[in-house]
Amino acid sequence: MQISARRIDNITIFDVIGDIDLANSPEVRKALLKELRESRVPRVVMNMSRVRYIDSSGVASLVEGLKASRDVGSRFILFGLSPSAREVLQLSRLLKIFEVYEDEAQAIA
Amino acid sequence: MLKLDFRSDPSMLCVVRGAIERLTEVTGFSAADSRSITRAVDEAITNIMRHSYKNHPGKEIVLQVLRLKPSARPDRGDGLVFLLCDRGPAVDPAKMQGRPLDEIKPGGLGLHFIRQSMDIVEFKRARGGNLLRLVKYLQPAAQPEAGKRREALADLGPTNR
Repeated sequence: MQISARRIDNITIFDVIGDIDLANSPEVRKALLKELRESRVPRVVMNMSRVRYIDSSGVASLVEGLKASRDVGSRFILFGLSPSAREVLQLSRLLKIFEVYEDEAQAIA
Repeated sequence: MLKLDFRSDPSMLCVVRGAIERLTEVTGFSAADSRSITRAVDEAITNIMRHSYKNHPGKEIVLQVLRLKPSARPDRGDGLVFLLCDRGPAVDPAKMQGRPLDEIKPGGLGLHFIRQSMDIVEFKRARGGNLLRLVKYLQPAAQPEAGKRREALADLGPTNR
């Protein structure tokens, strides 16, 4: 899994490539929390379009990001969910909790 | 059909997922079922790594996949049985409870994913190790079977994963 960040105005976009599972979800969590809690970026966006699989530990990292965003008054947005990622969020009843868009244009609008 | 003997290293998870996804596809499961089964097996192995082996790498995990004989359940046809064995200590049932999904908090979802995906989930302590048995039928359950499935899950008590 690779995670990289880019900045557009006051928005940080994380591009994630690969599966998010127990082997790397701590890395995702760390990156998200740093951007939300320390950098206090008003909007953090996760590009999930190249994440084919995410497990429960990855979902937990996203939930931590969501909670941190609420704590600091930021927006935390996901876009480009694969069928598998969408299923996982549906199964955990979190799909409606997250702010989810189809593509990057919608996510940063 | 398949036997994988591997270590409790999280980097092995993607290897196992790849094998299970291909195996379920060639067995005849739909793409959605294949993803679902792969997720269940992956979460079960993750549970072993985290809870049974407490994130220690290098511990043995054995996964066997067996083809279910159609005669076992003529109404459900063919299927797959997944047997996961680890040599960790007995699992504390109190730590293996799922959590209510209406709570928005990290963690506690793996067991829920396993139960959602599989037709049978059985856990037992055997020969000094933990044995998890997961079954998925190719044919979806008819309506009356749903009640039986719930009973089967309930029989597991608090020790299932």
